[in-house]
Amino acid sequence: MKVGVVVFPGSNCDHDAAHALELLGHEPLLLWHKETSLQGVERILLPGGFSYGDYLRAGALARFSPIMAEVGRFADRGGPVLGICNGFQILCEAGMLPGVLARNASLRFVCKHVHVRVEAGESLLTRGLRPGTVLRLPIAHADGNYTLDDAGLDALERSGQILFRYCDEEGQLSAGANPNGAMRAIAGVRSERGNVVGLMPHPERACEGLLGATDGRALLESFLS
Amino acid sequence: MLAKVYVTLKPGVLDPQGKAVRSSLASLGFLGVEDVRLGKYVELRLAETDPGRARAEVERMCERLLANTVIESYRVEVS
Repeated sequence: MKVGVVVFPGSNCDHDAAHALELLGHEPLLLWHKETSLQGVERILLPGGFSYGDYLRAGALARFSPIMAEVGRFADRGGPVLGICNGFQILCEAGMLPGVLARNASLRFVCKHVHVRVEAGESLLTRGLRPGTVLRLPIAHADGNYTLDDAGLDALERSGQILFRYCDEEGQLSAGANPNGAMRAIAGVRSERGNVVGLMPHPERACEGLLGATDGRALLESFLS
Repeated sequence: MLAKVYVTLKPGVLDPQGKAVRSSLASLGFLGVEDVRLGKYVELRLAETDPGRARAEVERMCERLLANTVIESYRVEVS
């Protein structure tokens, strides 16, 4: 499958994503952010990094890149869009996903493997995964503190839009297992319609034993199925 | 015209940077600081000469880009 990986100035996980897509037998196509054609791709992936140096707010400037108008139209037609880390931040800034990724509560850049619990099965990212499944994935970010007002959070809970929560190895939620202070320990969400998904952890860096984790494979395979 | 925009976190939104600054102030002996909230200050020099139109234009900029109204509010001064 042809998958577009959007490259913004400051993206730095674009090649990781392309590598993982190739590994899974797909055909990544790097799309420069100034392009206005998606060149017939069937999936769009917004990779991690520091688009526009995180100036103003993480993701705030990238959302106005020319290609994002096309990405928005693609999503409006029901096209599947995945945002990882900075890609997640961009989708939130663009209003394509609810919430904001604010500065980590610790104020530190956190780079380590964490555990997340699958909250909703049968989403674009979690097909074939039972709710409660614990995955081990790497994170690397300074702005991953998922923030939304209480009414918005309640609505996400009701509609099953929360896909992942940070947890410990056993799948239990605790302040110690939440690496960034995210409200309700949210690590990933989907849009109301379900075709736009975003998460802070990096599944593309967890597809090979050599890299120390393989739980990302199931998520990307789900996205690509 | 000169527009000054103050972007601040809405009340109730956690401000870890403000907390860190407050604790640094306390360690310097400034013990009476009850709370610190950090924000952004943006200065815009505009070709527009009508204050009303300038303000309306800057407010549109705030809604679209300068503030994320999910967690931030803004205040515009035009002179």
